[in-house]
Amino acid sequence: MMHVNAFDRFHEADSRLHRLDPRVKVALTVLFILSNALLPDGAWAAFGLAWILLLWANHLSNLGLDFTFRRSFLALPFALAAVSAIFSPLGNPLAKWRVGPFALTPTDYGLVKFASILLRSWLSVQAAILLAAVTQFPDMVHAFEHLRVPKILTTIVAFLYRYLFVLTDEAMRLLRARDARSATLPPSVSLLQKWGRNKRGVAWRAKVTGNMAGQLFLRSYERSDRIYNAMLARGYTGQLRTLRPHVMKPGDWLFAALAFGSLLLLQLIGRL
Amino acid sequence: MYFSPAPLHIPDGFLNLVISLIFWALTAVTVGAAISKTNQSLGEKQIPLMGVMAAFIFAAQMLNFPVAGGTSGHFLGGALAAIVLGPWAAVLVMTAVIAVQGLLFQDGGLLAMGANIFNMGLLTAAVGYGLYRAAAGLGKGARYAAAGAAAWIAVMAAALTTSLQLWLSGTSRLQIVLPAMLGVHALIGIGEALITVAALAFIEQTRPDLLSEKATTEKGGRGWVVGGALVSLIAVLLSPLASAHPDGLERVAENMGFLHLEQSAPYQILPGYTIPFLGETPLSTIVAGAVGAAVVLGLVVVIGTSLKKKSA
Repeated sequence: MMHVNAFDRFHEADSRLHRLDPRVKVALTVLFILSNALLPDGAWAAFGLAWILLLWANHLSNLGLDFTFRRSFLALPFALAAVSAIFSPLGNPLAKWRVGPFALTPTDYGLVKFASILLRSWLSVQAAILLAAVTQFPDMVHAFEHLRVPKILTTIVAFLYRYLFVLTDEAMRLLRARDARSATLPPSVSLLQKWGRNKRGVAWRAKVTGNMAGQLFLRSYERSDRIYNAMLARGYTGQLRTLRPHVMKPGDWLFAALAFGSLLLLQLIGRL
Repeated sequence: MYFSPAPLHIPDGFLNLVISLIFWALTAVTVGAAISKTNQSLGEKQIPLMGVMAAFIFAAQMLNFPVAGGTSGHFLGGALAAIVLGPWAAVLVMTAVIAVQGLLFQDGGLLAMGANIFNMGLLTAAVGYGLYRAAAGLGKGARYAAAGAAAWIAVMAAALTTSLQLWLSGTSRLQIVLPAMLGVHALIGIGEALITVAALAFIEQTRPDLLSEKATTEKGGRGWVVGGALVSLIAVLLSPLASAHPDGLERVAENMGFLHLEQSAPYQILPGYTIPFLGETPLSTIVAGAVGAAVVLGLVVVIGTSLKKKSA
């Protein structure tokens, strides 16, 4: 059995950020990401200030100054998509490279754009990491409910979170069973040879995986029936209840106002 | 180890504000429609079902199979969900999956989530359900072929819109990002198609009632068939066209002098994404984004109501 926390991104600690009302945390994270999107390309001072705000939030979370930094390279593979921005047709060409049939001209405008995109993404992903680390997921879902996200969606998300662990266990069991049944093929055998020899190539493996997906689907479907019946027996009326009512304290308002003010200041600096 | 990100989840920072807001508006309207549809036709019983199904999609994405050279095929599951659960429920399920991927795992951004849900949730549901529905009543082979084609095209359509969004945001050059995205996903799509067909065959063998029940109770399949076919047609026709002449649109823009004015051409209604009399302030950019989103929202509502009147 998998530990129930295998997926959880919450980091237990006692800090100002952990105690902050989840609504404030969600709203501030979204505002921070929005603010990054609003900053013009090449507003280095404002990007630097945004990073300082982030470090300050890290500090407040008691999780260590480099907490989000260490986890912030998630979006890096996607940076590949932005590389082509360097060769923008706008701006002054910096060099001319010939790569095979292509002529590549990096421009100053393109370079600034590329760096800004990476910075925005790097800052935004850290804010999201911090949010998930200092907010328990059910609290986050509850906050979205307060922020007028339709209840049916938040309830589905709550169920998804609850049964993620159960169904992942189920999927792990299926994978383990498959591994137990089948020996791995030696890596030297090429794909073509495998097809020719016993026709158990990629298509066959995809079919096995498909059967597993079908099996997992049916187990999930039937489990949801049982879950619903069990919930009905316990008085489910279509509403999920929480034992943690969220009340905005004066300190939460103050924190929200201060953070919002810093973001405004940051925008101002970015536009100067 | 348990969870490997798919290359279609756009992180924050890669889409500009206007594009993000426009796709948030499109997504919000469609998800709103899905909510009212499911509220009408289904009881509270469907909520646990959809939640567990969303968890299923999440867990099923762990199922992989070795392809070659250390890479592995992945299961994304959107098309299968649409075929088995119906399009509206699939929209909600995929929305929940993408929301959790973004919120909990930072796989895909928050501001970019509207675009991510649009690409991987809405398009997949339309293509998956529409194409499968078009083959309803035909033989087993034809239906499975339709399901496989739907799964492949859904992945391609998502890759296509992802590239277009990146291009419209000024993040990527179209002639580079489009062939790259479509090339990679043409392969990913084959794995998706094979798994989807096998899973469908397995479900039909073991619980045929699940599939036949849906075909008779789900109404308004016509619109989905048309919509799915349309998206598929665009994806199939436009991708080779666009990758053959990838710089076509940009050259037009350049010839007409748009590129020298400011950014890419399509949003010149709001020059440089700002409102003239508000000047170059953040407020102006927000207002421009909101206006753009409102225009798209209005268009969607108008088109939606006119379609509804026709079908009624």
